[in-house]
Amino acid sequence: MELTDLLDIAAKERQARPPHLIRCCTAAGCLSAGSAAVLDRLRGAVHDEGLTERVGVAAVGCMRLCCQGPLVRVDSPVASSGTEGVGMKEELYQRVTPDDAGSIVGGFNGGTVTANKGDLNSAFFQLQSSVILENSGRVEPERIETYIAAEGYQSLHRVLRNFTPAQVVEEITRSGLRGRGGAAYPTGVKWATVAKNPGEKKYVVCNADEGDPGAFMNRSVLESDPHRVLEGMAIAGYAIGANQGYIYVRGEYPLAVQRLHTAIAQAGRLGLLGSHIFSSPFDFRIDLRTGAGAFVCGEETALMASIMGQRGTPTPRPPYPAEHGLWGMPTLLNNVETYANVPTIIRRGADWFASIGTEKNKGTKVFCLTGKVVNTGLVEVPLGTPLRKIVHDIGGGAPDGGTIKAVQTGGPSGGCIPAELFDTPVEYDSLARLGSIMGSGGMIVLDDKNNMVDVARYFMQFCMDESCGKCVPCRAGTVQLHRLLTRILEGRAGAEDVQQLEALCDMVKHTSLCGLGQAAPNPTLSTLRFFRHEYEALLKPGSPAQRMGLPLVAPVSANRPR
Amino acid sequence: MSVVTLTINGQLVSARAGDTILTAAREAGIDIPTLCYVDGLSAHGGCRICLVEIAGSPRLQPACFMKVGEGMEVQTDTERLRGYRRTIVELLFAEGNHICSVCVANGACELQDMAITVGMDHDRFDYIHPNRQVDLSHDRFGIDHNRCILCTRCIRACDELEGAHTWDMAGRGSHSKVITDLNEPWGESQTCTSCGKCFMACPTGAIFQKGDTVAETDHPRAKLEFLVNAREKKQWNV
Ligand SMILES: Cc1cc2nc3c(=O)[nH]c(=O)nc-3n(C[C@H](O)[C@H](O)[C@H](O)COP(=O)(O)O)c2cc1C
Ligand code: SF4
Ligand code: SF4
Ligand code: SF4
Ligand code: FES
Ligand code: FES
Repeated sequence: MELTDLLDIAAKERQARPPHLIRCCTAAGCLSAGSAAVLDRLRGAVHDEGLTERVGVAAVGCMRLCCQGPLVRVDSPVASSGTEGVGMKEELYQRVTPDDAGSIVGGFNGGTVTANKGDLNSAFFQLQSSVILENSGRVEPERIETYIAAEGYQSLHRVLRNFTPAQVVEEITRSGLRGRGGAAYPTGVKWATVAKNPGEKKYVVCNADEGDPGAFMNRSVLESDPHRVLEGMAIAGYAIGANQGYIYVRGEYPLAVQRLHTAIAQAGRLGLLGSHIFSSPFDFRIDLRTGAGAFVCGEETALMASIMGQRGTPTPRPPYPAEHGLWGMPTLLNNVETYANVPTIIRRGADWFASIGTEKNKGTKVFCLTGKVVNTGLVEVPLGTPLRKIVHDIGGGAPDGGTIKAVQTGGPSGGCIPAELFDTPVEYDSLARLGSIMGSGGMIVLDDKNNMVDVARYFMQFCMDESCGKCVPCRAGTVQLHRLLTRILEGRAGAEDVQQLEALCDMVKHTSLCGLGQAAPNPTLSTLRFFRHEYEALLKPGSPAQRMGLPLVAPVSANRPR
Repeated sequence: MSVVTLTINGQLVSARAGDTILTAAREAGIDIPTLCYVDGLSAHGGCRICLVEIAGSPRLQPACFMKVGEGMEVQTDTERLRGYRRTIVELLFAEGNHICSVCVANGACELQDMAITVGMDHDRFDYIHPNRQVDLSHDRFGIDHNRCILCTRCIRACDELEGAHTWDMAGRGSHSKVITDLNEPWGESQTCTSCGKCFMACPTGAIFQKGDTVAETDHPRAKLEFLVNAREKKQWNV
């Protein structure tokens, strides 16, 4: 495979494309709403109406407004008045049923389309960016040709031909990209460390374990545009001197696993993975490892143990994976979205990337907006976008006249930002100052019907159930924290229980072995910080003895003869 | 081999590079309490009793794992650490079923000793009273999971010293449990060599030798009869 071959594939793919294109979402959200049948009927209808020459049907990935799925988009060329020739008219249909398919296709033969129209000019679409999701909903995840037609694998070619490994690292460093898995560690620094650490073999690992409740950003990327992640990993492999990559996907994502399998096989067949990529001396292969359903396996040391076939429990760091990772070798571990940024950074340049976002938080971030908000789905915005814009403008505010009270960010490791602070720019550091974290991008909107103690208890239960059990503070501490929260919620607690809750939160946070335990108290602490009144409203007055109705007696020591 | 100098509780200590803080401290006569660590076995880092403060590091670090560094300033016995250690021990007592008065290990138990070391006079947490099992299928040993603190010493001793790897951990979180082979009764284990190294390693009364339990205590009534016969019938031979 040479560059000309790649450009050939791209040209052929573009030529073969009929002028009109119907794109049907086949990511998990829409599939669960029945989009597979819609796709079938669309294809059938195009065939029956004799439109195969004029109209193509593409099985694409997520188009962001998942709550209105199945989504179908129709692109039609329109003659524009200017000099540019043909423009594109895009139409969105939502909650499409299989029976709507006929009418959508009939539209090309002059029929009336009765399917529900969506609004592509709404704030939800207009206020969003497209970097990580630039191909999502456009390319067909199961056909590598469509990715190549979208300039795919050209960045890999470019680094192999024009960059030294050190220059790749330099480019990533200059872009200001920070890890998207939660800890926001500067990606360039991490790459440089792994590149410099000596080792006879090195590994590239992609963390696709995404276990936070309410988060599905990584899943969407893998299901909609898997090649982008493979290309990012191969570039990383070249930069740090690795020939082997692993993608650790959670087993609960069967569609992502299947599409990755297909993508790896297709890239291998074209020589874009494997030996002598683009006739260079660079070899790189990628294998999949599937998790068996443990949140803790997203933690890097547990993840590596799991890849090596051991029980997925964390080990104390240092040593860090960059020095002592898989089989003791220097290992680069990044999140799906981190790798997904890489091909674009190489294609458009570090300066372009660094021009997006804020001073210390470059680029865009994909969020999963869920909960009590009108538009739920995927949202990509520049870092530093105020929370209000995401929740109220893009998200469309609360449904059914409710009042939004807070947004939970960062899942079980994060916290709740109250509505008064919605002008906060969403970036790693500002959220951390509020006692929350951006995490991997989950955003759960809460309204006035959500009791914050209940929210805190929900996340504590999650951490308790997902604790690996290795260290005492997390294993036994979360159990006690959960009991305390339950006692408060059930109205059986007094002020002293809240004191104990706070003391134990402090202890679990500071003594647990890994990030799971260290962050488990965060949702509780942040609701205590901003919604303490909700806790206090549930407390019973008096001392424990008074609450049990015991008679007041003088202290024991005073009665006892000396 | 290079040597580094550090201070532990203000005391200047020299240590071999690559040693852990725990080793360096113990060689200098400074005791750091430990529960899951045993000399000769790999470090586990799970009990968190040995956490120490290192100046300039935002995180507490386990002394049994953390390597010494040049110029490191370590504190092993601050008010804060003492508080955390006591909480850890309280959490351990609350999560199992520990009734010392009828325990094989009563008086010879590292968990009990640790409770005394950290000054635990009562437990501030709710006892969970978990439903745990006892396995007496092995002919020489028994395991009472009610007293297990999940320190994995048995697992490491069996794997690293005996090479049998009979023990392992199953389940997760508060449902974790040490198992023999593939969660089969210990007595039916194909790999157990009956060497007793797990028993030697266990800090509590969880793994015990048969015959040691209170219930098995032999009350030699025949001795009384012998004495009576000796006194009254002057019979000295049995
Ligand atoms: C309990 C726990 C779960 C985690 N889960 C994930 C996950 O699902 N995906 C992920 O990318 N990082 C996860 N992380 C963070 C990883 O340990 C690691 O920091 C990250 O993958 C590094 O990649 P990055 O530098 O690209 O962010 C988790 C951390 C902890 C403590
Ligand atoms: S903090 Fe929790 S998940 Fe992490 S090692 Fe400890 S018990 Fe396991
Ligand atoms: S194992 Fe130790 S602490 Fe537990 S009951 Fe026995 S003596 Fe008491
Ligand atoms: S049986 Fe004993 S040695 Fe094994 S984990 Fe339990 S307490 Fe530790
Ligand atoms: S899954 Fe179809 S739009 Fe998101
Ligand atoms: S002795 Fe160090 S963590 Fe248990």
